Amino acid sequence: MLTRRIIPCLDVKGGRVVKGVAFLNHRDAGDPVALAAAYDAAGADELVFYDITASSDERAIMADVVERTAAQVFIPLTVGGGIRTTDDMYRMLRAGADKISINTAAVLNPQLIEDGAKRFGSQCIVLSIDARRVPPSEGTGANDAPPRWEVFTHTGANARATSLDAIEWARRGVALGAGELVINSMDADGTGSGYDLALLRAISDQVGVPVIASGGVGTPNHMLAGLVEGHADAVLAASIFHFGQYSVSDVKHYLAAQGVPVRQ
Amino acid sequence: MNTQLERPIAVIDYGAGNLRSVVRALTHVGAPLHVTSNAAEVLTAPAVVLPGVGATLDTMQSLERLGLIEAIRTSVRAGKPFLGICVGMQVLCEQSEEFGPHPCLGVVGGSVRRLPAGQKVPQIGWNQLHYTNASGAHPLFAGIPEQSDFYFVHSYYCDLTDTHMIATTTEYGLAFPSALLRENLAAVQFHPEKSGRWGLQLLANFVAWASSQSPSHGRYTLPEVSVEHPLPGDKSN
Repeated sequence: MLTRRIIPCLDVKGGRVVKGVAFLNHRDAGDPVALAAAYDAAGADELVFYDITASSDERAIMADVVERTAAQVFIPLTVGGGIRTTDDMYRMLRAGADKISINTAAVLNPQLIEDGAKRFGSQCIVLSIDARRVPPSEGTGANDAPPRWEVFTHTGANARATSLDAIEWARRGVALGAGELVINSMDADGTGSGYDLALLRAISDQVGVPVIASGGVGTPNHMLAGLVEGHADAVLAASIFHFGQYSVSDVKHYLAAQGVPVRQ
Repeated sequence: MNTQLERPIAVIDYGAGNLRSVVRALTHVGAPLHVTSNAAEVLTAPAVVLPGVGATLDTMQSLERLGLIEAIRTSVRAGKPFLGICVGMQVLCEQSEEFGPHPCLGVVGGSVRRLPAGQKVPQIGWNQLHYTNASGAHPLFAGIPEQSDFYFVHSYYCDLTDTHMIATTTEYGLAFPSALLRENLAAVQFHPEKSGRWGLQLLANFVAWASSQSPSHGRYTLPEVSVEHPLPGDKSN
């Protein structure tokens, strides 16, 4: 049986791993290569390196981090942040990444999804979507209308609204060739109060590719909910692991005890 | 390792995106390697690894362009230890239905078919190997427990004619062959280079097995199949 994946995400800035609360106030949580090896040993199913600054000179640092990690860690590695062209993708794949995560650049240029999928295969292209719940329209009394989520670009303090509907964008991304989706709830991110399950379920039930839940994890129970109620195929988390609140193996033991198939 | 390879294992470079991952993992387990796209070098190597990710049609077109099709068939026929990985397993079949029916290497009888509908395709993630018969005792799987998890990324699988060559099966909508073994021929649908410690174990096992192989271990006999017709889109014919 295909197992559900637990994926630690390492936000990398200037060659170091950081993780902020709601993407802000970065705290240093260590060396990416050492952390990657530690997560591999602890049973992580994949790893994500997210380059949160991604100026062009820092991308060279990132390629070096990827290269050094890939020489030691033999599980799938995804790299995201600042990838704008298929040549950027190639550089990271060449350094040792297995998949490339794109977000803002895909919204600005959806062709990038198709070009990347054609050049490297859909299995290489992960579309990451930052979504925020649209408040119910005021004064219409339409409180029973289905919830909607809007796509934002430029993850972080300067996030920009796009007016794209998150479910529509997810479907389009898959049609263009995205092989997996990361769904990040901006409302939940950094709160530690759990994933936006309605958002996850709405997207997972409408696409034929794996969906990775992101944003809001505070406990292993939140991961269980993301997988069972949110219909996600994998869960991504950062701070909960980096600061030792729970280990990957704690989470796996918990999920296994609840009947979720995980890699032991 | 009881015996050392006199010359390095040929890892075939036909442009597969995961070539370097395979090279890194084999290097990590101490394998002497030579990355090559040269048919003569494949033919003289003591053992061959054919990595792969992507589509069978692209792969076959690349192998044909590089003149490697006969080199691979001859290497297998000569009794050389051979390991195909992912698409490197699929192209061993007679044909594939991916992007329209087209011939493959015809090293094993069978067709490359799409995973059944009813679950997400591609299958992406870790899934278990179930040994068939005595395959768990084969040197390739030495030290790897039944039901160990390996990392898969694929939309197609090998529907093998000779079920006796199925070494492991994996469940994903059906029980598909996740590894095949026959004399000097081995191939896996999963990615050992991305499968953590069991993947590294399998690669180390392959190197040890390749180092100890002798003609007395038997030579695989290729089936009588015709794969001589040109590939679709092939402009050289």
